[in-house]
Amino acid sequence: MKEIKVALVGNPNCGKTSLFNTLTGLNQKVSNFPGTTVDKKAGHFAIDAEHKVKIIDLPGTYSLYPKSDDEAVTFNGLCNPENSDIPDVVLFIADASNLKRNLLLFTQVADLGYPVVFALNMIDLADRKGIEYNYDLLQNRLGVEIIPTNARKMKGTEKIKQAILSAHRSSTAPFFDTSGLNQPMLEECKKYLGLKNTYSAVLWAHNQMLLFKDGERLKGFKEILARNLFCEKKEQVEEIVSRYRMIDAILKETSNRRPSSNQISLSNRLDNIITHKYFGLSFFLLVLFVIFQAIFSLASYPMDWMEAGMNYFSNGVAQIIPGGTINNLIVHGILAGLSGVIVFIPQIAILFFFITLLEDIGYMARVSFIMDKLMRSFGLNGKSVVPLISGMACAVPAIMSARNIENKQEKLITIMVIPLMSCSARLPVYTLLISMLVPETYVWGFLNMQGLILMGMYVLGFVTSLLSAWVFQKILKPAGNNYFIMEMPAFKIPMWRNVFLTIYEKCRSFVFEAGKIIVAISILLWALSSFAPAGEFEKLDAKYRELALAPTKPAEELAIQYQSEKLEASYAGHFGKMIEPVIAPLGFNWKIGIALITSFAAREVFVGTMTTIYSASGDESDFSSIRLKMMEEINPQTGQPQYSLAVIASLLVFYAFAMQCMSTLAITYRETKSLKWTLIQLFYLTVLAYISSLLVFHFLK
Amino acid sequence: MKLSALAKGIEAVIISIEDEDLSVKLYEMGCLPGERVKVENIAPFGDPIAITVSGYKLCIRQQEADRVLIKQETGEGN
Repeated sequence: MKEIKVALVGNPNCGKTSLFNTLTGLNQKVSNFPGTTVDKKAGHFAIDAEHKVKIIDLPGTYSLYPKSDDEAVTFNGLCNPENSDIPDVVLFIADASNLKRNLLLFTQVADLGYPVVFALNMIDLADRKGIEYNYDLLQNRLGVEIIPTNARKMKGTEKIKQAILSAHRSSTAPFFDTSGLNQPMLEECKKYLGLKNTYSAVLWAHNQMLLFKDGERLKGFKEILARNLFCEKKEQVEEIVSRYRMIDAILKETSNRRPSSNQISLSNRLDNIITHKYFGLSFFLLVLFVIFQAIFSLASYPMDWMEAGMNYFSNGVAQIIPGGTINNLIVHGILAGLSGVIVFIPQIAILFFFITLLEDIGYMARVSFIMDKLMRSFGLNGKSVVPLISGMACAVPAIMSARNIENKQEKLITIMVIPLMSCSARLPVYTLLISMLVPETYVWGFLNMQGLILMGMYVLGFVTSLLSAWVFQKILKPAGNNYFIMEMPAFKIPMWRNVFLTIYEKCRSFVFEAGKIIVAISILLWALSSFAPAGEFEKLDAKYRELALAPTKPAEELAIQYQSEKLEASYAGHFGKMIEPVIAPLGFNWKIGIALITSFAAREVFVGTMTTIYSASGDESDFSSIRLKMMEEINPQTGQPQYSLAVIASLLVFYAFAMQCMSTLAITYRETKSLKWTLIQLFYLTVLAYISSLLVFHFLK
Repeated sequence: MKLSALAKGIEAVIISIEDEDLSVKLYEMGCLPGERVKVENIAPFGDPIAITVSGYKLCIRQQEADRVLIKQETGEGN
């Protein structure tokens, strides 16, 4: 069986993903292009008994003059002779409603000498715009086989498969004539880089900077260009103008615009409403409201089921495996950590359902459009809005969704400040602490005081993230040209298949990528709280054996007290006491110290840890018992309640700012591929939390 | 006149783009001299703007529109 390598190439928003999904189905794999964080999607499908295809989805680009990492990958995939995935055939997909701009990239790809199959997509949309093509003539002028497709309705895929077998090089002369360029220089470049195609030498000359990691080779190449007085920008401009002149001539001959097309399209009418000064913003707020409601209310049901399911499973496992350390490790270490990961799947799935759906229909481009100016004043970009909002559910998928931001610096700043948005894991912590701060009273008869403070915490997080972004922007030097040039694709009917495939892919990568690290740290935390320095547990056991002989308290209460003292004696307890001097200025004692350490697994663990430490009974959703125990505690030094207003406020602020989420750190590392920035994120958030808590505590004391 | 000064809904023709870096990017997106443009939408805070060019909609910021020289259609021709 012969394998044909096919590269799928096209502009962004032309239906490339839909076509890829239609051709491959679930037969696809996402990895990273070597040396980059760009997703590499590769898939397989069979044409007939003798031929199968390996298809690689190259990132969408408008030309082969790459300006972002994504576009550089596409360039490398087509022009780098050392690339192992150099295609045998290029499957080019173009948006028929907007063919002119799409043809620029096509003429470049054709001039590289690849056999091309041309999928002319969105013909229905072109038809609605009143654009008609003479396919035979267009085929003749472009010199390749053209297959009209509708990737959303999966039309034309069989023809594409057959065309891949018979694909040939464009039978026309090159679209851009390189004979007017400096021939000796191009020959020298070709020899130096080992290229066969002249136009690829031209492209290498233009893109020298981006692509050689090898310093010596780049130096030699630059010398050739400098010796020949090569002027990059000027030649690029001339080439684009010349190509468009050619394209204009071809389109004039082969396409026809019906006069009826002057009426305003539905998409344009929608835009007039959605980007409207007042209505546009209100609509955006409404969309946010719906997403929030869905994440908080809808996700809670499957989350409860999954938690119950995991508990049931853990209990089952606990009974099957013989007791002892192994049993304890599996149940309280690995399975507890695993369920911490799995419980977040519904929220991630719902969040990505909305994000992918809104992206697919074209609304996200409008959100970036209407919010760009506001975000820009804080060093962010219109495209930062969606990740920031997602951060209120969970920072992990939020950071993943920051990928769409092309400008590297704005993407980095967005990732850096996302953890400041109050995520759902902080909710149980806030609820407990706020209930200790104020009783359930109403202002003006209807405003719930606790609810107001809770809202205040969300606002605090949002404002702090914008201010931090502003500071980052001031510190970092602007990287390159800061343009905002973005296509606003026409509104489309959603393609559910794409939406669900994306959700599947995001959840899968969350469970496997972040999951590995979460489980590892859960095991570590389990070990810290299950083991103690030699002899400590034995002493404790002896003490309780004695107490059991002459019980002063009911056995149940003794058992809880035993758990509490055991935690104190464990390594985690020792760590808590060890960090007490550091956190004492914030008003925290060693008990809070333990909770801070265990919170690093996930913030909501705070409540569970406090429950264990204060030997409170009742489950986590019932705060009344733990609340009373905490409020009864007296500070031995001052004789005042331990949890004064100052301590509670200080704790609240600490939880709002501190980087206590290893999953977030893991995903930051994965997305930035930089240990430096991961540590900077950890450091600045910890310092911010510490200083803010210090100030709050001393101000209120 | 400049594209940034063009009123919403009025057609004009691009004459040139002043900045070389920007012109590579805008040319590639189909904003070439001789091409018709029309401002379609203005974002709620006054910036960016969405224009129709080469048969599709493109968003650019005012600072970019400021570098694009245009000529308003006067009615001659077709």
